[in-house]
Amino acid sequence: MIPLYWYLGLGLLMFTVGAVGVVVRRNPIVIFMCIELMLNAVNLTFLAFARYQPTPLPIGGLPDSWMSGQMMVIFVMAVAAAEVAVGLGIIMAIFRLRDNVDIDEMNLLKG
Amino acid sequence: MVAVILTGLLALTADLIWYKKSTSSVRAISLIGLLVSGALVIQQWYRPDEDVLARMVTVDRFGLAIQFILIVSCFLCLLFSDGYLKEKRIAFREFYPLALWSTAGGMLMATSKNLLVIFLGLEVLSIALYVMAGMSRSEHKSEESALKYFLLGSFASGFLLYGIAFVYGATGGLNLDEIASAWSANNLAAKNMLLFGLGLLLVGLGFKSAFVPFHQWTPDVYQGAPTNVTAFMAAVSKIAAIAALYRVLHGMLPLRDLWIPALTVIAILTMTVGNLVALTQKDVKRILGYSSIAHAGYLLVGLLAHFSNPGQIGVTTVLYYLLAYSLMTIGTLAIVSMVAKEGREETTVASFNGLWKQSPLAAGVLIIFMASMIGIPITAGFVGKFQIFVDSINANLGLLAIALAINSVISIAYYLGIAKAAFVSDEETPRVAKMNTGLSTTVAICAAGVLLIGVLFAPISQWLGNDLNETPVMAMNAGQATK
Amino acid sequence: MNLEMIQSFTPAHFLFLALAGIAAATAVGVVAFNDPVRSALCLVGNFFTLAFLYFTLNAELLGITQVVVYTGAIMVLFLFVLMLLNLGGVKMMKEKFDVKRVLGFGFGALLLYVIGAQVILPLNTITTAKAANDFGGPEMIGRALFTTYVWPFEVASILLLIGVVGSIMLAKRKV
Repeated sequence: MIPLYWYLGLGLLMFTVGAVGVVVRRNPIVIFMCIELMLNAVNLTFLAFARYQPTPLPIGGLPDSWMSGQMMVIFVMAVAAAEVAVGLGIIMAIFRLRDNVDIDEMNLLKG
Repeated sequence: MVAVILTGLLALTADLIWYKKSTSSVRAISLIGLLVSGALVIQQWYRPDEDVLARMVTVDRFGLAIQFILIVSCFLCLLFSDGYLKEKRIAFREFYPLALWSTAGGMLMATSKNLLVIFLGLEVLSIALYVMAGMSRSEHKSEESALKYFLLGSFASGFLLYGIAFVYGATGGLNLDEIASAWSANNLAAKNMLLFGLGLLLVGLGFKSAFVPFHQWTPDVYQGAPTNVTAFMAAVSKIAAIAALYRVLHGMLPLRDLWIPALTVIAILTMTVGNLVALTQKDVKRILGYSSIAHAGYLLVGLLAHFSNPGQIGVTTVLYYLLAYSLMTIGTLAIVSMVAKEGREETTVASFNGLWKQSPLAAGVLIIFMASMIGIPITAGFVGKFQIFVDSINANLGLLAIALAINSVISIAYYLGIAKAAFVSDEETPRVAKMNTGLSTTVAICAAGVLLIGVLFAPISQWLGNDLNETPVMAMNAGQATK
Repeated sequence: MNLEMIQSFTPAHFLFLALAGIAAATAVGVVAFNDPVRSALCLVGNFFTLAFLYFTLNAELLGITQVVVYTGAIMVLFLFVLMLLNLGGVKMMKEKFDVKRVLGFGFGALLLYVIGAQVILPLNTITTAKAANDFGGPEMIGRALFTTYVWPFEVASILLLIGVVGSIMLAKRKV
């Protein structure tokens, strides 16, 4: 079978690319896409753990354990959906005000 | 069980008010709903500790106390929102249900040992907050703060989730209770996963509670958001984040030799940076943002003292400080909300000039809140800080105690600056709006609360903590306070 | 990775490698493309590939959900907003080289190294799946979701309600 660490490695790579993207990019929509990328990397990690079960013996028993990983993925998806709705709403609202959404040009809030 | 009833109530309240026309009914229903929820929480007070609903919900004294504090904070914030929103010309009735749901999210975080539920609670809390921060649609500042808060908040939840993933990989479950046995199983791979999982979890929660390397968003968001939302954020989201941190650290107790030193450094940094940067600020809301960072540092000291000696030093101090903190912060920000007048808002320190002439009551209570923030005796802020100080000495965390004391001294400067501005009057017409009923009730309750719980430390901490299996220490602490 | 190891590969391994290659490339594409529309399309590709990776993990239901929710709903929303705001064309932002970028890459390298070497590599002995083959089927998931996880499920409904209310509040015209 495919070793577990391949999946985890892919997850880590996607997570890192997403995190770097958040720091590096300036367009808020792209930053937001990078965050979605991170969430998906996490989902992949959860599913890989759920399938392979690297712990010797999970406390709640095996079925409990593999279910909880998948449940987490379902809820992450629900959260992502709500986040997208709100996040794009915020971006729309800001765009209506100023016609420009460059994150580095947002400098009203300074001390 | 408790949270079910509460959230059900809150959501129901919100649904009920959906189509009503006037703001006052929405407001009344929300406030009554909160009162009922508060009563329900108190009614559960003597319930034995247990895990219910397939171990998704934990009923214990800590969770109940946090829920109670959250309800009080939300109540006070909603109480003064009406007048402020009218002055700012923000016509969103949806603010009330969103605030209620957000509070419910915080309550979820406080009452669960399941990482899934903690995560969901955090998101319920945060997503509602993102919307509320951007509520003032015509203001660039508000939208900008919403965007910053949203992007950084979701970034942080990404880290939190990755941390949860590793904890899940190591324990095979999402329950925080299972960490201890996974740690003792002596499996190197699992230990590494746990360690990094914990690190990532702390990064995520550190963002939410605004500890220092992750604090950048706080002043910006506090300044840009509408003031009532700032008050809500400062109180509710901080309380909830600290509660979740408590749950996570409690589960991670077997690893504490590793995380106590790391968090000690973070606590010192948080206190120092928060206070020093606050000195250089000119905007009241920014100052309060930095001051809330400093307060997060004090709270972390309290938590560390508790966890370095869990049998001896209770978490009651932290609960007490949270209560004091939320009262004084909401009170101060309620007064800050007075500078919004007829749709405009300037929140520099100078805009408080003439507050004394316009409303002696407001200026008077402002003095009380500032005294409490500084930590002048008989106010709640003093008692709370003093208790944390005593706890950290008892726990042999002398370094933290010293840092705490020095920082309290530094903080005097900027708090006094705010208080002084209220009494300078170099202008003919005061720039602040008039008091309204909701606002004056809020500040009166907060001020009375700050003084009362300052005086009544011993009974309150006993009430908060008498079943937290640390009774002897409580009695000792109470004795010291009354001396 | 030596020759013997490669010879021991089954078609499943090559399938994984191909899918992982696409996923990694599209992930990099999201960050690297200057044009947000291209980034979005890369992200669609990435999510779609991930769905197939979920199938290789036997998580069928979640694979399907991934296609429906992410590629179907979330990405369409992204593209919709991009088109609506016309962020793709003229107003494309110039990305410039600065300190932030150096910091970002350093941070990424650190993350990759620390977690990769310390956490993930020690797990290289695990090659067998313990979970039952049908662990990702609708029956199992439905049963868990509506018994043990019914409380979080209800909470998620509130969360989505917040999403609905919030986005209406932020996007509707002046009241």
